[in-house]
Amino acid sequence: MLKLVGGGGGQDWACSVAGTGLGGEEAAFEVARPGDREEADGWGPGWGCAGIPDPAPGAGMLQAGAAGPARGGQGAEEVGESAGGGEERAVRHPQAPALRLLNRKPQGGSGEIKTPENDLQRGRLSRGPRVAPPTPGMGDRSGQRERLAPHSLGAPPGIGTAAVNGLLHNGFHPPPVPPPLVCSRGPVGGGDATPPRLPLLPELQPQPPLPQHDSPAKKCRLRRRMDSGRKNRPPFPWFGMDIGGTLVKLVYFEPKDITAEEEQEEVENLKSIRKYLTSNTAYGKTGIRDVHLELKNLTMCGRKGNLHFIRFPSCAMHRFIQMGSEKNFSSLHTTLCATGGGAFKFEEDFRMIADLQLHKLDELDCLIQGLLYVDSVGFNGKPECYYFENPTNPELCQKKPYCLDNPYPMLLVNMGSGVSILAVYSKDNYKRVTGTSLGGGTFLGLCCLLTGCETFEEALEMAAKGDSTNVDKLVKDIYGGDYERFGLQGSAVASSFGNMMSKEKRDSISKEDLARATLVTITNNIGSIARMCALNENIDRVVFVGNFLRINMVSMKLLAYAMDFWSKGQLKALFLEHEGYFGAVGALLELFKMTDDQ
Amino acid sequence: MAECGASGGGSSGDTLDKSITLPPDEIFRNLENAKRFAIDIGGSLTKLAYYSTVQHKVAKVRSFDHSGKDAEHDHEPPYEISVQEEITARLHFIKFENTYIGGCLDFIKDHLVNTETKVIQATGGGAYKFKDLIEEKLRLKVDKQDVMTCLIKGCNFVLKNIPQEAFIYQKDSDPEFRFQTNHPNIFPYLLVNIGSGVSIVKVETEDRFEWVGGSSIGGGTFWGLGALLTRTKKFDELLHLASKGQHTNVDMLVQDIYGGAHQTLGLSGNLIASSFGKSATTDKEFSKEDMAKSLLHMISNDIGQLACLHAKLHGLDRVYFGGFFIRGHPVTMRTITYSINFFSKGEVQALFLRHEGYLGAIGAFLKGAEQDNPNQYSWGENYAGSSGLMSTAPELGPTRRARSGTFDLLEMDRLERPLVNLPLLLDPSSYVPDTVDLTDDALARKYWLTCFEEALDGVVKRAVASQPDAADATERAEKFRQKYWDKLQTLRHQPFAYGTLTVRSLLDTREHCLNEFNFPDPYSKVKQRENGVALKCFPGVIRSLDALGWEERQLALVKGLLAGNVPSRPLWSRSPWERPWLVDSYSKWLQRLKGPPHKCALIFADNSGVDIILGVFPFVRELLFRGTEVILACNSGPALNDVTHSEALIVAERIAAMDPVVHSALREERLLLVQTGSSSPCLDLSRLDKGLAVLVRERGADLVVIEGMGRAVHTNYHAALCCESLKLAVVKNAWLAERLGGRLFSVIFKYEVPAE
Repeated sequence: MLKLVGGGGGQDWACSVAGTGLGGEEAAFEVARPGDREEADGWGPGWGCAGIPDPAPGAGMLQAGAAGPARGGQGAEEVGESAGGGEERAVRHPQAPALRLLNRKPQGGSGEIKTPENDLQRGRLSRGPRVAPPTPGMGDRSGQRERLAPHSLGAPPGIGTAAVNGLLHNGFHPPPVPPPLVCSRGPVGGGDATPPRLPLLPELQPQPPLPQHDSPAKKCRLRRRMDSGRKNRPPFPWFGMDIGGTLVKLVYFEPKDITAEEEQEEVENLKSIRKYLTSNTAYGKTGIRDVHLELKNLTMCGRKGNLHFIRFPSCAMHRFIQMGSEKNFSSLHTTLCATGGGAFKFEEDFRMIADLQLHKLDELDCLIQGLLYVDSVGFNGKPECYYFENPTNPELCQKKPYCLDNPYPMLLVNMGSGVSILAVYSKDNYKRVTGTSLGGGTFLGLCCLLTGCETFEEALEMAAKGDSTNVDKLVKDIYGGDYERFGLQGSAVASSFGNMMSKEKRDSISKEDLARATLVTITNNIGSIARMCALNENIDRVVFVGNFLRINMVSMKLLAYAMDFWSKGQLKALFLEHEGYFGAVGALLELFKMTDDQ
Repeated sequence: MAECGASGGGSSGDTLDKSITLPPDEIFRNLENAKRFAIDIGGSLTKLAYYSTVQHKVAKVRSFDHSGKDAEHDHEPPYEISVQEEITARLHFIKFENTYIGGCLDFIKDHLVNTETKVIQATGGGAYKFKDLIEEKLRLKVDKQDVMTCLIKGCNFVLKNIPQEAFIYQKDSDPEFRFQTNHPNIFPYLLVNIGSGVSIVKVETEDRFEWVGGSSIGGGTFWGLGALLTRTKKFDELLHLASKGQHTNVDMLVQDIYGGAHQTLGLSGNLIASSFGKSATTDKEFSKEDMAKSLLHMISNDIGQLACLHAKLHGLDRVYFGGFFIRGHPVTMRTITYSINFFSKGEVQALFLRHEGYLGAIGAFLKGAEQDNPNQYSWGENYAGSSGLMSTAPELGPTRRARSGTFDLLEMDRLERPLVNLPLLLDPSSYVPDTVDLTDDALARKYWLTCFEEALDGVVKRAVASQPDAADATERAEKFRQKYWDKLQTLRHQPFAYGTLTVRSLLDTREHCLNEFNFPDPYSKVKQRENGVALKCFPGVIRSLDALGWEERQLALVKGLLAGNVPSRPLWSRSPWERPWLVDSYSKWLQRLKGPPHKCALIFADNSGVDIILGVFPFVRELLFRGTEVILACNSGPALNDVTHSEALIVAERIAAMDPVVHSALREERLLLVQTGSSSPCLDLSRLDKGLAVLVRERGADLVVIEGMGRAVHTNYHAALCCESLKLAVVKNAWLAERLGGRLFSVIFKYEVPAE
């Protein structure tokens, strides 16, 4: 399970840049919000700019580190926990520490500071020693194992405090205290700690602190308990992530009910993440926040705030993870709930490079839970779900709200890079009916090859201007009119790209025509498969979601038309405003659920 | 939807090559009497169909008129043979590239004697384009027929009339082609025609079908999109590119998204998550081969998926694929098959058709010939006049082929009577006549092909000898030799050319080729002589049999049945009669004979002469004694020295004159002679004369006797019947005997009683 950790570095949004220039990102960041740097000591920028090498970050870390230790020492962390939990973790990720260290090296100008962080999680006993010298007991590995362990987990930024005041969970912590113990952010941060937590700790009620013998994991748990006080709540930041084949979808909950006290105690890097994310709409070169989708004044897990929707290309994942490492997100010890294939593909990278452990979730579960949730809270007072009235009449066709209060059964067609089709009978009863590899990835892939375009937006823009009937062979091109024997209209497409069999026609069409034809081909095909599934499953509502529909009115109307026309009005195509983000929302919901379960 | 032909380049059809030299007699055959033309013009291939009549020499037998005269002299034959001309109906289907259409039409016009024909039925996407040309050249009015209707009519026709028309294709298995025995009821089925687009049609009866869906992603998409992506213009070249590519370089696979975790999640990492997904996220050049392959997979998978969804919706498990995307292309048959297996989890079968390319032409022809009611007849593929699957008129020889382009032929002969299943088959849908599938068994194939090659000289000699008075016999016999030799060579390389290769098909092909060159019955004189001799022995044999005790007589009768199968001069060192035989359930049979008589026995006779007269008739006589009625079934037409129905009638008449038992049985219709509907030395119980089937049902036959190697070993050895059966043969082939675990002249006596 996982932890989330940190969040990651914004730097990497740009996939093209990936690997290379941090500089660029940084610049972007700066542009976006010049002020942050100072404030955050580099963390703020983190998302945007990852400014790793920068001294500023270093400084930030330092501070954090210092804080951490200070607090950690303080008893809070030491609270006892069941040994089991902690150990498990260690066992699971034995080698992580080493790697982590490597990664971090660059970061730190100041060795000491760094240390605490490094150890974070896994709290490996062995690590202890490495931890910042200042910490008591550090020197003595054997003797202090237990204590050390916690420290190591703890991330530098002052988690310790949190434990103390109970807010810690949420990522707020008191100002750093200078000296002593290594801080235990263990509880929070240890990415490792988190996962075991759930299963391990049955009881969440506050317990008396146990000074000794606690594994890092235990400490984490402990801290959490104390933080939540009134309620079990995961520590901030709250993210849900859906790592798809083409896009990473991230939802971020921004608490708006932060009290002044909380604000003051909020650890720096947490704060900078919040500020950075919420004050920008673009991150790096390719990260985008879909501001228009923001859900305001939402109450989640007892906190009021706004839910932000962010996406960036999956190819920027490595940069993202790298930034997570550089920014030491693991120190925030939140749990990073992630779904999509990438949750599996990048799990190891998250752990090894950024010391973050993912809580991996089934993407279809997340999709459905996310969808039901978003629909239930509505879209800032407006309905989430809509359909097209008069889909077969271009003049009269218009978007209308649809009440999805009683959604079952529904056929859910998720159109990402590829397409999955689910029959959903209740909240927990669904099956994957089929899928097709002809999806958004195919549209974009073919468009790139055929027209030389590079982005989805570009491809759609071209498609909007093109005419697919130059490219496709229509029924009337073959039969001179309708094919009456089978009741096919002359305007129906008989063969997608069929006219391209002829050289003259190939020479006479435009890129826009090709883009349009690609879009129409893929869309109609999905519609056709969805319709067959609806028939086979005997379901008459078909809900289309996924980022293939983003800013893609052409496809939505085509789908609405196709469902209505071919079913003679029996099937209804439904759409949702947050089309591509349900998986990520579902992942976030899982974060709360984990906590509840405990 | 529309069919749009394909192998050639896009617009080649416009330039007509008139200078082509056609070997007319071998391509457009029997044009003199041709009528009812139909033409199906696709994007690159033209299919022409016509009906004509063929004059055949047929050997007829006739009893001498004995009235008034005393018995025949010793050397006089028992009946007379005459060769007569007979007219039979034949359907011709010729497929050629559109390039040759002008030349072909000219040729047809020049040779078309019959002027009654006023109309030509036309179908296919190109019918419109070539309408004027056709009307001008042939002076026939073009009557356009609906493409899908023609396809479906054609499909029904081949499924009903050509055994092993359909096959499944498995790329990596041997054989790649696995032919299906025809289901007794071909309906309902799904036909997926992949032309430039895809049409999915549910066919419920001969005349009822429904367009249930379609897709615009079809062959035209592969071709058009492929041409754009790879700058390769021709369909065939695109397929060739695709066959060399790696789609994983272009497609986003599950493992690309899930990393290595797909294994632990039970996902197959090689599944395509997003076709062309990598070209959306990777900034690099992709090879033409890889893109073509990815495109091929994308389109094949999509079509397969839709086909499965439709099959599921309609509860069908047989899906036939046709259209130029499929036509003879192993690459696309493979990807479609893969897709169907994947999406249906094996519940739906992707089936392809040997004569898929002709469906439209056949259907258009049938539409135009409705007044002749071709559907009331059964038709048989003429192996002599048809080029096999994936071979283009190979018999033309390489040089002539180069000159004539690629022509492909299908000829079907009208059978005089409709053929149906033997009602006694236990499970008609799983009945396979042939014992050994030579497409499957390379060793056996090699052996038998060689065996037939080596026997060819003898057959040629026999053919010449059978027509001593014909001046051109030698010449025709040589042509026969060449034709059959070429067929054998084709089969060496393409064992699947005419469906499952079997000893039966090799024998049948030989008969067809002999007929082709007017050797209707090379054995007629041999049979005549042997029948004469055997008839003379009949009374003596009967006397000695009657002298035996009951038990001895039963054994002697069985030996008699078997003996007719053995060369008259015994070559064996050890008597084959020594029991136990190789397969020996004689005791069980004897036991059965001690019980109540059978109600009615159906006996399939084998050879003329000793076999029928001294083996079968005494056995029949014994059954009649027991109170069992007998239906004696003989071939309708000649094959080797097998007794034909007309010969059997004469023989029976002669025996009746000598034997009161047979006489009264014939008179009282307790002994009935019927024809099988076949002219093969083997026996296909799923294609028997309808009259025979009716009789079997009426009389309540409860015993089937099949004798001879061709009928009881090469075929039907494993046939399961729903009544008692006897399968008797002496294995006259050392290789086969060894295969069966015995030696030359081993005796097979297989008495089977169906499980309760």
